[in-house]
Amino acid sequence: MSKRRRSAILPPMSLFAATFSEAFSLLATFDDRVAEIVVLSLRVSGGAVLIGMLFGLPLGACLAIGNFPGKHTLSVLMNGLMGAPSVVVGVIVYLLLSRSGPLGDYGLLYTPAAMVFAQSLLVIPLMAAITRQVIEDAWQRCAEELRVMRFSWWQSVTTLLYDCRHSLVVAVLAGLGRGMSEVGAVMIVGGNIDRATRVMTTTIALETSKGDLPLAIALGVVLVVVILALNAFAFAMRGWAMRRYG
Amino acid sequence: MSAMFPLRIRDLRFQPNGRAVLDGVDLELAGDGITLVLGPNGAGKSVLLRTLCGLIEPSGGTIDWGGTVRPKFGVTMVFQHPMMLRASVLENVALALKPHGIGRGERHRRAAAVLARVGLGGREADSARYLSGGEKQRLALARAWVTAPRLLLLDEPTASLDPSATAEVERIVREIRTDGTRILMATHNLGQATRLGDDVVFMSAGRVREHAPVQRFFAKPASEEARLFIQGELPWRMNF
Repeated sequence: MSKRRRSAILPPMSLFAATFSEAFSLLATFDDRVAEIVVLSLRVSGGAVLIGMLFGLPLGACLAIGNFPGKHTLSVLMNGLMGAPSVVVGVIVYLLLSRSGPLGDYGLLYTPAAMVFAQSLLVIPLMAAITRQVIEDAWQRCAEELRVMRFSWWQSVTTLLYDCRHSLVVAVLAGLGRGMSEVGAVMIVGGNIDRATRVMTTTIALETSKGDLPLAIALGVVLVVVILALNAFAFAMRGWAMRRYG
Repeated sequence: MSAMFPLRIRDLRFQPNGRAVLDGVDLELAGDGITLVLGPNGAGKSVLLRTLCGLIEPSGGTIDWGGTVRPKFGVTMVFQHPMMLRASVLENVALALKPHGIGRGERHRRAAAVLARVGLGGREADSARYLSGGEKQRLALARAWVTAPRLLLLDEPTASLDPSATAEVERIVREIRTDGTRILMATHNLGQATRLGDDVVFMSAGRVREHAPVQRFFAKPASEEARLFIQGELPWRMNF
């Protein structure tokens, strides 16, 4: 029975229950198609978060303890970019990576690498802004002693990042949440190509528009479960670390 | 004697927003011993130590480090409430050697040796944040000691410690001095001054009012201000 016909026959509550029932049976079988989409989503968002950690955390720490011209402007810019619409970032990355764009020669458009690139641009400002706040507090507590010990600026950055590593889990999780839930940018630069650049959020959007609600719901459940599991793991790790190191 | 001494401070001033926190400090320190800096709250004791350490840029005056430029690692300071990183006791001490360009293994070896000397041997793997107040202060002393400074500045390191922890800190300070480190220590504890100090610098209102050997300072203070300061503390000191 087609979904359109079924929705015309079933009462609203039965349609709701039937959709979820079908979604869970899809999850129970966990076919290759779903697995592929989930794995690609984790790879893309994981890659973006890794890049975010590499650039966002040191950038936030530098903004917190550095004293250089343009520091406040950069801080305001970072805070502003935290809320940048993902579609705008997507369009900018599209222009950069398109054949006539400055990075067009690399042929990255409509590849997972382009999606990682776009998500990184969304994740870095968020992670940097959270890191700046965390490190600023730590710097107030440690600045005098680090200066007495003659720590260089960069040594102070790395030492404080290490000291605040448990608190910075929040920045990493926020970045991961932003990356995994984002749809606009990856849709534009990835193209939502089946078995190539289709991730959970773009699949949910596509399948919903096609009326295939069970697959959309199944992927939504996976998305929520993955984010909850990562949060629970991070929470447990942070609790353990706080008990261990105070 | 190191080239850093005699340390000559001339007309040292620190006047943020026009308020004279240091109002022309003159002081000369020879290269050996423990000097206690006494004075009421707001006398400028901590600011003097912070200025010597380079944490505060003075508004005027000169500091002559024995005719040479102050060496990068020759001076260090221990605070009343020392910072503890979220790391082990060993890592917190080894941290001080990081700017010296010493390898991790050697940093840890030296830190472990100093920890044994401050009575924290066997506690290397413990979290520094869970130490007691006295233990934290001993760790802070170890962190300073491991760098083998020529001048160690102590800003009321025993202010919030109980008598037994204070005694332990005083023992360590004596040992550090025996190792050849010059010590300048701010304190409100007159009993500590008599037990630990070779000489006393008495400050009030941002100036050095008196610099004298400990016995002479307590027996025959030169200024009326110092006499009143000692009298105010004497009943407590005699209970010791």
